[in-house]
Amino acid sequence: MTLDLARTVVGSELSERSLRAFALGLPGVDAIGLEQRAASLATRSIKTTSKRWALDTIISLIDLTTLEGADTPGKVRSLVAKAVLPDPSDPTCPQVAAVCVYGDLAHVAVEALGSNHAGGGGTINVAAVATAFPSGRASLRVKLADTADAVEAGADEIDMVIDRGAFLAGRYGEVFDEIVAVKEACRRSDGSSAHLKVILETGELATYDNVRRASWLAMLAGADFIKTSTGKVSPAATLPVTLLMLEAVRDWHRLTGDLVGVKPAGGIRSSKDAVRYLVTVAETAGERWLDPRLFRFGASSLLNDVLLQRQKIETGHYSGADYVTID
Amino acid sequence: MTFLDYAPAPESRSILSLRSSYGLFIDGEFVDGHGDGFHTVSPANEEVLAEISTADGHDVDLAVQAARRAHDKVWSRMSGADRGKYLFRIARLVQERARELAVAESLDNGKPIKESRDVDVPLVAAWFFYYAGWADKLDYAGLGPAPRSLGVAAQVIPWNFPLLMLAWKIAPALAAGNTVVLKPAETTSLTALLFAEIVQQAGLPSGVVNIVTGAGETGRMLVNHPDIDKVAFTGSTAVGREIARSVAGTSKKVTLELGGKAANIVFDDAPIDQAIEGIVNGIFFNQGHVCCAGSRLLVQENVHEEVVDRLKSRLSTLRMGDPLDKNTDIGAINSAEQLQRIRELSDIGEAEGADRWSADCVIPDNGFWFAPTIFDNVSTSSRIAREEIFGPVLSVLTFRTPAEAIAKANNTPYGLSAGIWTDKGSRMLAVADKLRAGVIWANTFNRFDPASPFGGYKESGYGREGGRHGLAAYLAPQSAAAITASAAAPKTTRVKKGSAK
Repeated sequence: MTLDLARTVVGSELSERSLRAFALGLPGVDAIGLEQRAASLATRSIKTTSKRWALDTIISLIDLTTLEGADTPGKVRSLVAKAVLPDPSDPTCPQVAAVCVYGDLAHVAVEALGSNHAGGGGTINVAAVATAFPSGRASLRVKLADTADAVEAGADEIDMVIDRGAFLAGRYGEVFDEIVAVKEACRRSDGSSAHLKVILETGELATYDNVRRASWLAMLAGADFIKTSTGKVSPAATLPVTLLMLEAVRDWHRLTGDLVGVKPAGGIRSSKDAVRYLVTVAETAGERWLDPRLFRFGASSLLNDVLLQRQKIETGHYSGADYVTID
Repeated sequence: MTFLDYAPAPESRSILSLRSSYGLFIDGEFVDGHGDGFHTVSPANEEVLAEISTADGHDVDLAVQAARRAHDKVWSRMSGADRGKYLFRIARLVQERARELAVAESLDNGKPIKESRDVDVPLVAAWFFYYAGWADKLDYAGLGPAPRSLGVAAQVIPWNFPLLMLAWKIAPALAAGNTVVLKPAETTSLTALLFAEIVQQAGLPSGVVNIVTGAGETGRMLVNHPDIDKVAFTGSTAVGREIARSVAGTSKKVTLELGGKAANIVFDDAPIDQAIEGIVNGIFFNQGHVCCAGSRLLVQENVHEEVVDRLKSRLSTLRMGDPLDKNTDIGAINSAEQLQRIRELSDIGEAEGADRWSADCVIPDNGFWFAPTIFDNVSTSSRIAREEIFGPVLSVLTFRTPAEAIAKANNTPYGLSAGIWTDKGSRMLAVADKLRAGVIWANTFNRFDPASPFGGYKESGYGREGGRHGLAAYLAPQSAAAITASAAAPKTTRVKKGSAK
């Protein structure tokens, strides 16, 4: 059971006090050094065959996302169509990893995916945001109900938000307990579980030290993925923050043998940016993480830029926005 | 193929058009040297790049005479503002030709293009911009009113940062009104000769900058020339000693920037991931061909194993190979001789009982290469902990208390630089206070800025380069009487204090 692992890592019974001591005992992060490392990874030059491979890999790692108050079943069906067949002019184009929607539309996504759904013989997952996304300002009871609803509607993955208020006030145990409870709510009646992605909302955590602490709390509590942002707060995903989270999952793996994924979300719009993330993954956690089970991009407009770049490689020239579908 | 075997991404050589042979640059013109010429080769594949002239005693004499004329008749009399304009022009030309200079530097030296492109050449421009700004403000350099230039400077530079060392030498000398005769290292003359073209392009008066190429003998003749006022040398401590001996008893002023065996001290509360990066940057940057390299890692014993483990994983991601590939992290060793020395000292380290570990790199068939190497459990008396290896070889030692770290760090005949890694500000300052090194980096390493003085203690040399201190090495204070006398018979068009504001 995961909490046994947490007890072993923390080295004592899990309490507000022991978790706090553990989190504050993690090595510090030097912001300038971290940002310099990220900047140096961003100078890698990915060309020809490597670029081609990278573009296809990026597509296969995308959680194609729509998280608007104005979302409709039609919008979601359209998103699903794009996820299944990103480039109608090129059948060799890979499918995305998942579609990411609000919980109340999860069933629409599942139906629209049909045989392309991971549960129906395909490979595409349905991810639903839950726990009073994006603010997380609701009672635990509401958050758990929100989660259970989405799971029941067929969501394969739950993207939850942590309680940043509690975290910044230093109540690490509360944050931990909540993740554990949501993880429990991800359990289905047949005993299997939806995968849990824990959104740290790094744009609200103020320091890199806090990002490291929150990453470890989430992993201790059983997160399958740690995710940077909701996309509703600026800054959303940045390369230094993602690098830091990749270091956390790498170190967690070294310590426990467990594999935890990372999902940068929000603000990654160009292929060039996304390639920099791939480089950072490969050179930090390792190439093993370049797999939809361990790395995702939370993005919407990124996909079209990657498709344009793919077409450019095929045809030798850039087409234009009208040669890819808007959604 | 895996993703990490990034497809080749070579920087194009087409931007660079090298001549088949280069002469000396004396009095504003390229002229043939009278010594036997030699080939400069790319250390990455031993390809011959160009033929370089050797300056004999006569050539050196001509160069010094040209510099003397230029100093007495033109450059020292020119207003600081006008000298500044020339230096600004040079800085801008360096920026305009940055890519070309970077390609030439990587070809001739073997350093990765990302380093010459992102570090060396931008710093070269920064140095000229910085000292261009000083040229009309010398009265405010803290050396009293109206300090005067020294005269002709003989400058001998090493092969590790060919163009950057040229900039460190030439920019402050010219800003202060001196003229120079510079000798680049035998294996890396190319960028100095490209710089000579820039000097022509900038329309710098003839003779202000002269460049004589050749081996050690040319340097010796230059340093010993009787009409030299100032000697500036960067290189090995052995040659530095010889220079100090040869100028003793003369009126020549000297600055020497020599070797180092810097301690990089990692405390147990260090920001660990950034410390690993800093260790890597400290010793593997520029293949360890850095006088201020963090070649001795002093790590607190309770984190020793973790640090070494993480370091090994990190080194396994370093990419060694074609210096012109944009993804190369570790380039070629500059010469066969240097490679031989690195091999010898590494073998000695192994024989002395240290644990040797090298990153698993594919070594190219041609050229000079040495895989990044760590020696663990090195004792303080070991030669690899005492002598400067000047290569990608790190010696790891441990310590228990801050006092022990300080004692071990200072226990070296050198004193050029040091690094401290800790999250605790008070410890950082307390330790830095007790380290005898000219440059101390805290939670970073190998950072350079033209405004910051650089230089060593003990056998690492004397004098400072960079910043206001760097100007002092090229200026002499003037007595009030001399200033009054020169004001009575104004030979110069020095900017008056009032108008300089």
